[in-house]
Amino acid sequence: MELLSNLALGFETAFTPVNLLWCFVGVLLGTLVGVLPGIGPTATIAMLLPITFTFSPVTALIMLSGIYYGAQYGGSTTAILINLPGESSSAVTAIDGYQMARKGRAGPALATAALGSFFAGSVATLILAVAAPPLARVALNFGAAEYFALLVLGLLVSISLAHGSVLKALAMICLGLVLGTVGQDVTTGTPRFTMGFQELYGGINFVSLAVGMFGVAEIFRNLETERSREIGVSRVTNLWLTKEDFRRIIGPVLRGTGLGSVLGILPGGGHVLASFASYSAEKNLSKNPKEFGHGAIEGVAGPESANNAAAQTSFIPLLTLGIPAHPVMALIVGAFILQGITPGPNVINDQPALFWGIIASMWIGNAMLVILNLPLIGLWVKMLTIPYRVLFPAIVIFASIGCYSINNNPFDVYAIAVFGVLGYVLIRLGCEPAPLLLGFVLGPLLEENLRRAMIISRGDPTVFLTRPISAVLLAMGLACVIVAVLPAMRNKRKEVFVEDD
Amino acid sequence: MMKRFVLAAAAAALMSSSAFAQGAANYPNQPVTIIVPFSAGGPTDTVARLVAESMSRDLGQQVLIQNVGGAGGTLGAGQVAKAEPNGYTLLIHHIGMSTAPTLYRQLEFNPTEDFTPIGQITSVPMTIVSRKDFEPADAASLVAYLKENGADTTYAHAGIGSASHLCGMLLQEAVGVQMVTVPYQGAAPAMTDIVGGQVDVLCDQTTNTTNQIKAGEVKAYAVTTPERLQSLPDLPTTAEAGLPTLEIGVWHGLYGPKGLDPAIVTKLEGALQKALADPKVGERFAELGTKPVTAEEATPASLTEELTSQIALWKPIIEKAGQFAD
Repeated sequence: MELLSNLALGFETAFTPVNLLWCFVGVLLGTLVGVLPGIGPTATIAMLLPITFTFSPVTALIMLSGIYYGAQYGGSTTAILINLPGESSSAVTAIDGYQMARKGRAGPALATAALGSFFAGSVATLILAVAAPPLARVALNFGAAEYFALLVLGLLVSISLAHGSVLKALAMICLGLVLGTVGQDVTTGTPRFTMGFQELYGGINFVSLAVGMFGVAEIFRNLETERSREIGVSRVTNLWLTKEDFRRIIGPVLRGTGLGSVLGILPGGGHVLASFASYSAEKNLSKNPKEFGHGAIEGVAGPESANNAAAQTSFIPLLTLGIPAHPVMALIVGAFILQGITPGPNVINDQPALFWGIIASMWIGNAMLVILNLPLIGLWVKMLTIPYRVLFPAIVIFASIGCYSINNNPFDVYAIAVFGVLGYVLIRLGCEPAPLLLGFVLGPLLEENLRRAMIISRGDPTVFLTRPISAVLLAMGLACVIVAVLPAMRNKRKEVFVEDD
Repeated sequence: MMKRFVLAAAAAALMSSSAFAQGAANYPNQPVTIIVPFSAGGPTDTVARLVAESMSRDLGQQVLIQNVGGAGGTLGAGQVAKAEPNGYTLLIHHIGMSTAPTLYRQLEFNPTEDFTPIGQITSVPMTIVSRKDFEPADAASLVAYLKENGADTTYAHAGIGSASHLCGMLLQEAVGVQMVTVPYQGAAPAMTDIVGGQVDVLCDQTTNTTNQIKAGEVKAYAVTTPERLQSLPDLPTTAEAGLPTLEIGVWHGLYGPKGLDPAIVTKLEGALQKALADPKVGERFAELGTKPVTAEEATPASLTEELTSQIALWKPIIEKAGQFAD
């Protein structure tokens, strides 16, 4: 009953006209910056921080949070329409979403993303309201060894990201891991593969890599076949989901929400895994995994739900412990501090109106987002009828502006060009960018946690097996490999028999 | 010869003074950008934004914050070193300005020569904390414990050259023992693992630790300033705890590029001093566990002195530890 009275307090706070207005402004801005490739929530929140000086703390935080989860909605739009993901989560959406768009099913893809996100956002917010403090405690049991085991598991199951040759997928993951090592080594501070560029000390910019490898490379490929290009995208058959579509997305949305909610709680980078993990799960559970990579609606529904659920539950470590899980959360910590509130374990008790107001605003914001986004689908799909010769320069310009705005660094814009060319070469070689991106995102985390676990254990590698959570995760990874390899071996035996006959 | 020299000098003076007069008299007639060489939302960014907001009102122009992170703050600082000295590109940097010349052996700028110091801003105290079930009960027993078991104790820090790394060097030097140092990418994940009990000890800015201390999520031993903190009055100083050499504050300064017009410096100095006297700024600083410096310290002379003495202080400590960032 305490929960109900708390929620009543929250909705009372969130339903004031001022807070409703700024919640709407936040989610609207979030959707817009999410749509523009590259300009992410980080840059937007940083730019808008000074404006929130004059707001009351709860209003400021409602708006800034709105920008963050609103961007998760918008981020899938360009990934689906023009194969241009602005962050790692939407890179997964791009795999099947863009293929759906090429088959004239951009509308259903966008609708699936919006509905899946709405469902996941609402459920994850409920989890946040009911169980935030105990969940945060559990998440703290995750040390370096556990994160390492989790990442290994993630990499093992994600090999299924590829829909072509497994060997090429492995090669792409390795290339991604290598690219991920560029930059200053966390443990010793030694710069690696920076080739004298100080700009590379912080590593290769993710957005440059994603925009180049996915978006710009795709533009090159399209231009190559400009005359014969199947303008499938402008041939839009329907905007809405069929009954069959609805039947197909229910399972992935539910599983994605569950996976995303769990991974989002881990402050050490769990949210990064959410959409990758959901995609792999759906592909492995699917009756016709061959469809994945060629426009399977499950490949949009699962990851989008997982991503949004993780975005919502990644507020848990921040609101209950004062620990930001990723850079956007760190910015929101900054917003708390500028408002004179240091986020920490005391916020729930000292500022109940603030804590519950933010949570209530998340439901309101998610509802606003789905109402805002569904009618927009028609508009977005129309965008695809713009002649390509007009569209592609616009894409490149927006992507460059977005990329520059992250660090105000021209170097990141040059990097887009380099990765665009590399991405094109890889497409021509029949290699896919998604596994590369996975390696790039997870590689540094994997290395950091491996080394940290080894430092803390004074060089004793058995730490990964003696810590229970870590051992269980590694065992699950091993099981995945065995399950994947066994049928292949059985098939081979059958083939041998056939030959004998 | 002499005549020609005087003539040339006069002409040069005339030209430059008229050029400067135009710049300095109307200064500022467009928004001023302060580069913060760290990511938005961090403690330095917070300090900068609070000061910038107040300075805007005095200067009558927007003072904008631009975050240029990377390479331990040297990327952003390097950008200001190369900027036009017209007063529209400034820098707010912390203690890292004084450690950079030793930590980075291939630094592209010289902190004492390539900047015009304007004034100090604040010095954020640091606190020594540990996971809450760590054995030692108070500062004295911590020292004794470290002397005994230091080699088996893990010390978390936020990366090479970070304030928590510097404080760790001082702590090891003061106790005379080498701990197992565990680097993190930033203060937040380091604090996460202290709260989660994965590592033992951390020394970090009050901005990051005060709330966790008050909530009892971590155990606090001492504050690294000569005086106790208002926000944590029960916490002894390191000197009281028997570690007089362990004194460190994360001091912040405002700089312009080399060759800034003295009239502009005076204007900025005045705006900075007014901002630091602003009760709202003082109030927010207090919530961060710090306070603005006095008007006498918010001057070019005081900042120059702090910078040179700090460079001299850190050089041997970093060299002895043998930990460089490039």
